[in-house]
Amino acid sequence: MSEDTKFHHGDVPDRAPIVEMKDIEKHFGNIIALAGVSFDVKPGECHCLLGDNGAGKSTFIKTMSGVHKPTKGEIYFEGKPMSFDSPRDAMEAGIATVFQDLAMIPLMSVTRNFFMGREPTKGSGPLKRLDIDKMNATTMEEMRRMGINLRAPDQAVGTLSGGERQTVAIARAVYFGAKILILDEPTSALGVRQTSNVLATIDKVRKQGIGVVFISHNVRHALAVGDRFTVLNRGKTLGTAKRGEISPEELQDLMAGGQELAELEGSLGGTV
Amino acid sequence: MSDSTSQSAVDERLKSEGFGARLMKRPELGAIAGVILVTAFFLATADPAMFTLSGVVNFMTPASQLGILAIGAALLMIGGEFDLSIGSMVAFAGLFFAAATVTMGLPLSIAIPATFAFAALMGSLNGFIVIRSGLPSFIVTLAFLFILRGLSLVGLKLATGGSTQLRGVRDAVEGDWLAPFFSGDAFGGLFAWLAENGLIETFKNGAPKVPGFPIEIVWFLIIALLATWVLLRTPVGNWIFAAGGDANAATNSGVPVRKVKISLFMVTACCAALVAIITVMDAGSTDARRGFQKEFEAIIAAVIGGCLLTGGYGSAIGAFFGATIFGMVVIGLTYTSFDQDWFQVFLGGMLLIAVLFNNAIRKRVTGER
Ligand SMILES: Nc1ncnc2c1ncn2[C@@H]1O[C@H](COP(=O)(O)OP(=O)(O)O)[C@@H](O)[C@H]1O
Ligand SMILES: [Mg+2]
Repeated sequence: MSEDTKFHHGDVPDRAPIVEMKDIEKHFGNIIALAGVSFDVKPGECHCLLGDNGAGKSTFIKTMSGVHKPTKGEIYFEGKPMSFDSPRDAMEAGIATVFQDLAMIPLMSVTRNFFMGREPTKGSGPLKRLDIDKMNATTMEEMRRMGINLRAPDQAVGTLSGGERQTVAIARAVYFGAKILILDEPTSALGVRQTSNVLATIDKVRKQGIGVVFISHNVRHALAVGDRFTVLNRGKTLGTAKRGEISPEELQDLMAGGQELAELEGSLGGTV
Repeated sequence: MSDSTSQSAVDERLKSEGFGARLMKRPELGAIAGVILVTAFFLATADPAMFTLSGVVNFMTPASQLGILAIGAALLMIGGEFDLSIGSMVAFAGLFFAAATVTMGLPLSIAIPATFAFAALMGSLNGFIVIRSGLPSFIVTLAFLFILRGLSLVGLKLATGGSTQLRGVRDAVEGDWLAPFFSGDAFGGLFAWLAENGLIETFKNGAPKVPGFPIEIVWFLIIALLATWVLLRTPVGNWIFAAGGDANAATNSGVPVRKVKISLFMVTACCAALVAIITVMDAGSTDARRGFQKEFEAIIAAVIGGCLLTGGYGSAIGAFFGATIFGMVVIGLTYTSFDQDWFQVFLGGMLLIAVLFNNAIRKRVTGER
C-alpha cells in the first residue's frame, strides 16, 4: 500500500475523546436518516467516516456541528453531556465544520467570507467598526500558508476554483482555533493535485493536536491519512477499525454493504 | 535571490487592475452613470432654472421622501427579502401618528417614539411570519400591503367619524420642541446669512428664495451615510450581505440570520414611519392614499441603485442615487416641454436597463458565464 508511506501515522493517542456521540438517531418525518450511530474523535487523530452517497454521513456530522438536533442519542463534549442549539454554539465550543457545500457566499469577497460571523472590530461604542486592514492581511497570510496566493483579498469567492474555495473554508476553520475540524467530502470535487494538498493539510492540522473528522466515499483518500475508520451504511455503523486492522478491499466491501460490489469486482477483474 | 522571493508574493496571473476596472466592481456604478445621463438630458432640454438652488431643492424633496424608503428597501433586499407593504405602512403609520397627536393630543416626544415602535412591531410581524413559514417575503408582505391599506381606511373613518382625511396635525404640533427635527427647513440661519452676503438668490425684499434645506433632505443624507457605514464597515453589514447571499451558508457560519432579517424588516418599517411623520407634519393632515405605490418606486430605486432581486448584493449609496434619478425625472419633466406622463415610460425603461446591467455585473463578480 503506497498510501501508507505518505504521511506519518502515530498510534492513535490513547487520550480521552474530545467528542463522543452515542447511538445517534435522526429522523426527518418518516425518513430514518440515522438509526443509531456511535462515533468519537480524539485529539490529534484523523478519524475517517466512510460511506456511500446517501449513507447519512452529512446528516451525522450536522448533528455534531449543531445544524441538526439528534432525534435520539447522546453527545458528550470533553466528557460532559452537550446539546448544541446552533452552529454558532458548536463553533464556540471548538467544533469547526467545513460543510460539503462549503458555506461560502460567491458574491462576497474572500475576506468577508473568511470572517463571516466572526468579524474582528476596532474602536468602541458607535464607532466600533470592522478592522478591514487586519481582515485583509490575515486572509492573505492564512491563504498563503495553505499554499494559495490570492490575487486580491477583495476577490469574490465566486471567481475561485473549487480547490481554492475548499482551501479558504479549511483555512477559515483552522484559523479560528478549532479543537475538532470536520471536513465533509473535501476531496470529492477536486483534481489530483488539489486532493493531495487537502490531504497534506489534514496531516498538518492533526499534528497540531486537533481532532480531524474526514468524510469521504473514496477509500484511497481515507487510507492515505486516516488513523481510524468508521463505515456508515444506510444510517448504521458497521464498527470502527484502526489503521492496519483493515484492508482497502474490506473497507470497500463494508461501504457497499457487501456482496454486490464483490460480484461486480469479479466481473470487472479489479478494484473498483 | 532576494529579488525573486519578494516577487513571488505578486501573482503573475493578476493583470494590473485599472481604476476603471475597480469602479466596475462597485454596485452603485449604474446609478451614478444614470444620474450623469439624466443630468445631461435635462441640461439639454429643461429650463435652466432646474439646476439653480431652488430647482435642486425642488427635485431633491420628493427624491428624499422616496429615498428614505428606498434605502430601507435596499438594505432589506441585500438581506434577501422584499417588503411590499411599505407604501401602506406609510399610510398606516401616518394615521397612527395623526391620531396620536390630534385625536389623543399627545406631545411629539411620545407620539413619535410610539409611531416608530408601532411600525417596528408591524415590521417584526412581517419578518416573523416570513422566517417562521419559510414563505417568500413577496407574498407575505403583499398580504400586508392590503391589510395595512384597508386598516388605514377603516381607522381613519373611526378616528374622524366617517371621513378619510384627518386634519389638524399642524395646529396640534405647533410649538412642540421636537417639531423642527421632523418638519420645515434646516439650516435656516445659514441660508439667511448666505442671502445677506449675496451668495444665494434672494427675493426683492432680501429674503432667500430657498429658506433652508427641507428637513427630509437632511434625514435622507444622514440615513444614506449611516446605512453605507453599517453595510461596509460593521459586522452587521457583513451579516446582511451573508444572509441575503445564502441564508443557509450564513447560518452554518454562525451568522444570526433570523435576527438580521427580522431587524431589517423593522428598519424598513421605521423608514416608512419616518416618511409618514415628515409628510403628515408637512401637509398638516393625513389620508388613506398616503404612500400609495411607494413600495414599487422604492424597490425600483433600489434596483436602479444596483441591488440584485436575488439578494446579497447592492448598496445604500446606489439607492440614494436611484431615488435622486426618480426625483429629477418627476420634477424635471415639468421644466421641459414634454408631457409629464412620459415619466412612467421612463421609469419602466430605467428599470429594465438597470436589471439587465445588474445581471451582467453579477455574472462578472461571480465569474459565472
Ligand atoms: N433535511 C432532510 N430532510 C429529509 N431527508 C433528508 C434530509 N437530509 C438528509 N436526508 C436524507 O437522509 C439520507 C442521508 O443523507 P446524507 O446525510 O446527505 O448522506 P451522505 O452525506 O452520506 O451522502 C438521504 O436519504 C437523504 O435524502
Ligand atoms: Mg454528504
